[in-house]
Amino acid sequence: MFIGLYNYWVVIVLMMVGFYIVIAHGNLIKKIVGLSIFQTSVFIFYISMAKVDGGSAPILADEINQYSNPLPQVLILTAIVVGIATTALALALAVRIKEAYGSIEEDEIQKQDNLD
Amino acid sequence: MSLSLESMLQFSIILPLLATIGIVATGHKPNLREAVTITTSLVVLYFVISLYQGLQQGESISVYWGELLPGLKISFSIEPLGMLFALIASFLWLITTVYAIGYMRGHHEQNQTRFYSCFAIAISSVMGIAFADNLFTLFIFYEVLTLSTYPLVTHAGTEDAKKGGRVYLGILLSTSILFFLLAIISTWFVAGTLDFKQGGVFAPDVNPLVAGTILVLFIFGIGKAAIMPFHRWLPAAMVAPTPVSALLHAVAVVKAGVFTVLKVCVFIFGIDLLAILPSTQFLLYLAGASVLLASLVAMRQDNLKARLAYSTVSQLGYITMGALMATSAGVVGGSMHIATHAFGKITLFFCAGAILVAAHKSEISQMRSLGRQMPITMIAFFIASLSIIGLPPTGGTWSKWYLLMGTLESEQFILMCILIISSLLNIAYLLPIPFHAFFSGDKSSTPDSGIKEAPLPSLIALSITTVGCVILFVYPQPLYDLAKAILAT
Amino acid sequence: MIVHLPILQVIIPLMAAPLCLLLTRPRLAWLFSLIASGLAFLISGMLLQQVMTSGTIIYEMGGWEAPWGIEYRIDQLNALLLLIISALSTIVLFAAETSIHKEIPADKHTLFYVLYLLSLAAMLGIVATGDAFNVFVFLEISSLSAYALIALGQDRRALWASYQYLIMGTIGATFILIGIGLMYQMTGTLNMYDLSIRLPEVAQTRTVFTAFAFVIVGICLKLAMFPLHLWLPNAYAYAPSIVTAFFAATATKVAIYLLIRFTFSVFGLSFSFTHLPLQLLFVTLGLVGVFVASTAAIYQTNVKHLFAYSSIAQIGYMIVGFSISTAAGLTATLLHLFNHALMKGALFLALGAVMYRIGSTQLSNFQGLGRQMPVTMAAIVIGGLSLIGVPLTVGFVSKWYLVLAVIENGWWPVAVLILAGSLLAIVYVWRIVEVAYFKPALAGTETIQEAPLSFLIPVWTLVIANIYFGIDTRLSVQVAQAASQSLFGVSP
Repeated sequence: MFIGLYNYWVVIVLMMVGFYIVIAHGNLIKKIVGLSIFQTSVFIFYISMAKVDGGSAPILADEINQYSNPLPQVLILTAIVVGIATTALALALAVRIKEAYGSIEEDEIQKQDNLD
Repeated sequence: MSLSLESMLQFSIILPLLATIGIVATGHKPNLREAVTITTSLVVLYFVISLYQGLQQGESISVYWGELLPGLKISFSIEPLGMLFALIASFLWLITTVYAIGYMRGHHEQNQTRFYSCFAIAISSVMGIAFADNLFTLFIFYEVLTLSTYPLVTHAGTEDAKKGGRVYLGILLSTSILFFLLAIISTWFVAGTLDFKQGGVFAPDVNPLVAGTILVLFIFGIGKAAIMPFHRWLPAAMVAPTPVSALLHAVAVVKAGVFTVLKVCVFIFGIDLLAILPSTQFLLYLAGASVLLASLVAMRQDNLKARLAYSTVSQLGYITMGALMATSAGVVGGSMHIATHAFGKITLFFCAGAILVAAHKSEISQMRSLGRQMPITMIAFFIASLSIIGLPPTGGTWSKWYLLMGTLESEQFILMCILIISSLLNIAYLLPIPFHAFFSGDKSSTPDSGIKEAPLPSLIALSITTVGCVILFVYPQPLYDLAKAILAT
Repeated sequence: MIVHLPILQVIIPLMAAPLCLLLTRPRLAWLFSLIASGLAFLISGMLLQQVMTSGTIIYEMGGWEAPWGIEYRIDQLNALLLLIISALSTIVLFAAETSIHKEIPADKHTLFYVLYLLSLAAMLGIVATGDAFNVFVFLEISSLSAYALIALGQDRRALWASYQYLIMGTIGATFILIGIGLMYQMTGTLNMYDLSIRLPEVAQTRTVFTAFAFVIVGICLKLAMFPLHLWLPNAYAYAPSIVTAFFAATATKVAIYLLIRFTFSVFGLSFSFTHLPLQLLFVTLGLVGVFVASTAAIYQTNVKHLFAYSSIAQIGYMIVGFSISTAAGLTATLLHLFNHALMKGALFLALGAVMYRIGSTQLSNFQGLGRQMPVTMAAIVIGGLSLIGVPLTVGFVSKWYLVLAVIENGWWPVAVLILAGSLLAIVYVWRIVEVAYFKPALAGTETIQEAPLSFLIPVWTLVIANIYFGIDTRLSVQVAQAASQSLFGVSP
């Protein structure tokens, strides 16, 4: 059970790690790192579920008669693109925040906001 | 003019609205602006009287405008109770306009254009309420009335006006949304219709508990009827200029409230159902308490307008009581009281305004020996007080008489006592004012302080309403016929 | 041409966005986007017309039959949403040129329109598509452009608000992605119609329950449903006024659409409401949301914040209607969806006009505005009355249907609470009225003038729509009823 589904366990562990970082850390960059880990866990999840034991890539050839499902992999390509866009945008925002506030620590930003 | 009665009905609602455009357009020329107002009110009065004649001849007049939501129509029709209300409101609008011209100019009020246009919108919605053929139409105009009178109440724009307006709008809007709307939706759900129908819309086998709850919701929700504990808006609204207090808070707004109560009692519940509902008795005592308590509070007010306001709260309780007594005498008394109290109270307010404009006095304790300087005002005040108390030779006598009959008919002896005690209290808080004005030779105030009677338009207006009080005594037959016809049609 | 309407609906703004980038002159870009958005509006009108007369439209992308290909499936619900989004977008865009002139640096104007069009296209895409994964992609496009648009706000807090929204939004979207993945795992399909047929066969599995939970939580994050609403007030308050008006009128509506689509169509009514205590959960959260957010609105000092909290409260009403899970309740929700778009569009656009003239939306700066900007303030008052639910405004129509639906279900206390909630609306609306009309103008502000026509026309278009659809309710009620009946009658 544990061994057979180990990639799902990896997914869950990564998901929790990422989620925890997003919630617990005040540093904006670390939050973005956490978010990326969180998203990556979902990518792995999609790829895992498409994999058929002993299956190969869906190539039309005589010796191949068992395929893995290619669709989730295609889907996840899109999701990866989205993930990269999100990370890039988040990093850009972090840069702008650093320029505007002089800090990328959540509590310091909050403090400055409360002063205004 | 060869207008059909149907179009007259519509015009009596639309015309005041159109007049606001004229009023705004002529805003920079006060004389022209007032001419627009007076012409409109004259035409509306003419329409309403024609409608009255049509009703006398037994014509049925109804107008259908359209459906707002499926099944919820906006439609109007004429029936005696609405006719009575419309007659009073349109007549007193004319008089008040005359009075307001004197008052507003004498008092050098700001923003008079806004004043007259909001006034016209308010009258338009009063007409809508009076002629509404179903509860939904009535509710719409009820809310429009609340909103259009808000700028009137807060006319002065001061901190006090703001506070007063807050209470005014807060209570009226809250009760109407929280209770009235809920009651309407519940009625729609239970009865499937909101049309006013003789004998009520509820099926005979309706669950008394449900109907009783809805009744409570109605009585609480119609905040304009100022039943305690939802009466605070009325004294608060006294920050308004006096003509507003006079027309809106002695006639249009509060009467719209009790009119709605009567309509609901007679045409939604029907007096037969009303008599057997479990909550009726409770509400009757609530109205009784409102009558008594408000009278007691009125005694303690030194500000004349505040005293009159509490007196109104008390008198409105009479009408609500009349409606809830569920007897024909109660309904007749209640609806007659709408008319007689309107004339009496508007006169009193006119007098209060006249005293304010001419003598710059608003507290009762300052009004001693004013009778010599302002004899006409004070005599009018005296006669109107008699009408409120219910003494001859004024119209108030008749309505009180029928209300007392109603309590006898329904064997509500406690309520009878309340009515009698309250009348005594009326004497105690109203009559001393003219009495002191004439007979209390207060030596501290010099008789020659230069105080004269109020401006002529105001004086004419208050004389007319005073005469009205007396005429209602001498010649009450048309009024009685109308009131009697409410249950007959 | 007519057969291709569903795809044109999305593709026109989507293609217009990069083309817009080529236009160097901002004014030209504005006109171009206005035309693109107007075309989308036109198409959505035609689609609605077509759906109401001849039923659901199915458009197969590239001729590939579903469930292999992606299909666009337009029924009454989609058509209504498409109309709301494209109409509001067009009206709001009308004022954009004037508004961003003051709020966004000149070199970013063209980029602003690109982002706006992308956001519009993505929202239309979410609604139009019949494919679950497609929903996710469009959701992310709309979110990414939203983050960027919000970050364009003048105040540096806009950056921080945008960042917070990004974190929350990404978590929400990823949750939805997980949910979709789990569904795919169980059924092997991504087509929503196909899912609705196949899911019942495997409904009683833990995987499906998990999928449902992930999807719903993800959507509720996007929805800013109480208690997941924390990102919304700042995002609305510090974004450029035009962006706020656009999002307040459309973005949460799209999320509500997703909620309805997934619970009612994809998972099915019996699964969503019979097997899970969802009804109790939603009605409680909805009502608590109404009260908490309305109370919070009362204490705000920034009017944009105030109306942002009010939006959260209004979402609460929609959730209550949704949770009744009857056709009447759903009708009420859809009506409120439509009506709330009109109200908030008008209000936030009017706030944009205030921002344009006085450069702030702090309540204290509203002093004396009743005299200085009478036309704009009148619009705010009417919008506020509509929010309260005064008769002859759209707010009344939605309140009527919502309360009636609640009473039909026998939930009397809920009916009382709904109406009590609108009393709080009176309080926060009247705070603005009192400041604007009773306080004397601040010193040094005598020169403030009425907003320019480019604001007044769209604002009053929406205000008049507020009144018009409050009186002539045929269109809104008919479509809402048809949509909710189709959701209850046959699966999509």
